[in-house]
Amino acid sequence: MDEKLPPPSPQEQEQEQEQLLERDRISRRSFLMNVGLAINAAVGVLLAVPVVAYILGPVMRRREYLTWVDLGDAAKFNPGETKLVSFRNPFTNEWDGETANIPAYVRTAAPGRYTVFAVNCAHLGCPVRWFSESQLFMCPCHGGVYYADGSRASGPPERGLFEYPTKIENGHLLIEAGQMPTLSNRAAVRPCREQSQPTLVKRIAPCPGTDEPTIG
Amino acid sequence: MSWYRRTYDWLERRLQLEGPIKDAVLHPVPKSTASWWYVFGSASAVLLVLQVVTGILLALVYSPSASHAWNILQVLNHQVPLGWFLRAMHGWGSNFMVAVVVIHMAQVFLFGAYKFPRELTWIIGVFLLLLTLGMAFTGQVLRFDQDAYWGLAIGASILGRVPWIGGQLVQLMLGGPIINGATLTRFFALHVFILPGTLLVLTGLHVWMVVKLGINEWPMPGRLVRRETYIQEYNELAHKDGLPFFPGAAWKDAYFAAAILLAVAICAAIFGPYGPTGTPDPTIINTVPRPDPPFLWIYTVLSYLPPEMETPFLLIVPPIVIAVLLGLPFVAGVGEKSWWRRPVAVFTVMFLAVCWASFTHLATSTPWSPKMNAWSGSPIPTAFLEHRTPLERQGANVFQEKQCRNCHSIGGSGGERGPALDDVATRLTEDQLIRQVLLGGGNMPAYGSTLSPPETTALVRFLNTLHPNYQPAASDASRAVAEQGGGPPASTVEPGNGQHKTQ
Repeated sequence: MDEKLPPPSPQEQEQEQEQLLERDRISRRSFLMNVGLAINAAVGVLLAVPVVAYILGPVMRRREYLTWVDLGDAAKFNPGETKLVSFRNPFTNEWDGETANIPAYVRTAAPGRYTVFAVNCAHLGCPVRWFSESQLFMCPCHGGVYYADGSRASGPPERGLFEYPTKIENGHLLIEAGQMPTLSNRAAVRPCREQSQPTLVKRIAPCPGTDEPTIG
Repeated sequence: MSWYRRTYDWLERRLQLEGPIKDAVLHPVPKSTASWWYVFGSASAVLLVLQVVTGILLALVYSPSASHAWNILQVLNHQVPLGWFLRAMHGWGSNFMVAVVVIHMAQVFLFGAYKFPRELTWIIGVFLLLLTLGMAFTGQVLRFDQDAYWGLAIGASILGRVPWIGGQLVQLMLGGPIINGATLTRFFALHVFILPGTLLVLTGLHVWMVVKLGINEWPMPGRLVRRETYIQEYNELAHKDGLPFFPGAAWKDAYFAAAILLAVAICAAIFGPYGPTGTPDPTIINTVPRPDPPFLWIYTVLSYLPPEMETPFLLIVPPIVIAVLLGLPFVAGVGEKSWWRRPVAVFTVMFLAVCWASFTHLATSTPWSPKMNAWSGSPIPTAFLEHRTPLERQGANVFQEKQCRNCHSIGGSGGERGPALDDVATRLTEDQLIRQVLLGGGNMPAYGSTLSPPETTALVRFLNTLHPNYQPAASDASRAVAEQGGGPPASTVEPGNGQHKTQ
């Protein structure tokens, strides 16, 4: 059994094989073998390109999955209320089933002023619940809490709720949706709002879509 | 010559497997390794086989379709004969496998088995642990229910914290911009082909090396591992004070394997299959997602991390932990093996075990989460409402209505996110209560904008009654001074007057 344990004792057989290999190293056969290996390597690289592109497919797609989704008549959202709505994800397959139904909170701060929050907690994505009595969103997972305007109240989240870009067209409320909001996509960018979180830094850049500069 | 002997010889002349198998099975091992401490590795392998077999049987029925998977699990649970039992075996087998793999790892660590020449066996073992955890997580996803859906959301949110490429990683993981059918097929391929394939290959290598390098001898204090002499010493142990692995040491493995399989079956039969919980419909937001048992401790850690620590912790600590595990045999590859002479190793294992147990235990009661229905489901005990003024009772109403109970318990029921308020009046004066309610602070939201002045007054009056009979409510000494026209008060502590606070 000793010889089976490392370091393996050199055996005559191995030496013999090495001698044979050494003799073959400069022969025509070994040259052909090397060419064969090179051809396989080239074909392998060639085949890897479509495979990698296939795997990275979901990443390389452009932003075509984002589009404006109609949430219905804007008048049905009463001022001062926060309402849970759901919509069908804009690009879905039949076999997505219920997973393509996406919920969102529509907050009507004042007549005509709508904020649409994603239900996903900004901490780790769990669904927050709205409590109208205390005017708070509470997360069941790790205990994140947000105020009615989406700003962080307490718990582990380091920011407020994610918001969808909104617009009103023909009296209908539209949001730009199609992507699960996380800290790394455009949902993380706080949209321009009058009631953004208080900060001492003044941003004098114009808000996209409006002419007003944002201060605050 | 009997017919089976002839058949055997016919096969053996062609296969020629007898030699290698005999070598592997009968190789001498040190007598000290025939111990009950050495059964966890083989038990892990047995559980892996159990998972493969039950997994294949489940795959006969399962379909990785986001619109059908949940219904198929119902069919498995209720219509396919004993489908529930196979689901339960697979689910409990998973729990047992994670547990046994971790115990095996702790044993190997404490016995110094990762030292020369078994460094690579340990390194592959680290990857086997990661793969086992990966199997547990992807398996939870295939049980395509609410917990699976929100577990994916948590996974995506963690990946989304990676700087620069986070967005791409999320899409790569989900197979698109949202959790949907493409996500499930991805995790199906991971759980059924990629991870188990890798797991089986690495397990083969792991076992191969155990056979080739020999089972780690029982560590003795003072018997140091030296690269120059270890192999010779080990061979002497194995040959002079050894016994063939089979049956000398293997019978204990066999007993334990049978016991662990029986334990899985008993758990499966008694506790049944895991879920599925509600349908994977994200519009059902009244859900309380919970991870499977192997990940409960992470759930606790993520709840208690301060917000600013979260991203660095999530992104930096796992690579460090893996690097430490992989680097261990290179840093401590020789020297003392015995736990008697390795106090740091022993205390590390004990510390991690205590942390793991406390975190997992906390995750079963989730004191950090608001109790979502406490405000409507747990009335204030009547003892707190007797002999109260109408204003104070109105305050109790406000207390209940504004969902204070979701985070604060009274009389032992309610949320545990904030402190219990049974005797809050002994800790805060009336002014402090008003300030705390209106401005929040200390992880409490501010209620200034949701409470009207009358509501605030009523609520604080009620909170001010929350002190035991024998202890008066806290009061501001300077206020009494001011009210008495500047003279010093007779006593700064007001006498207790039932549960009434003297005004």
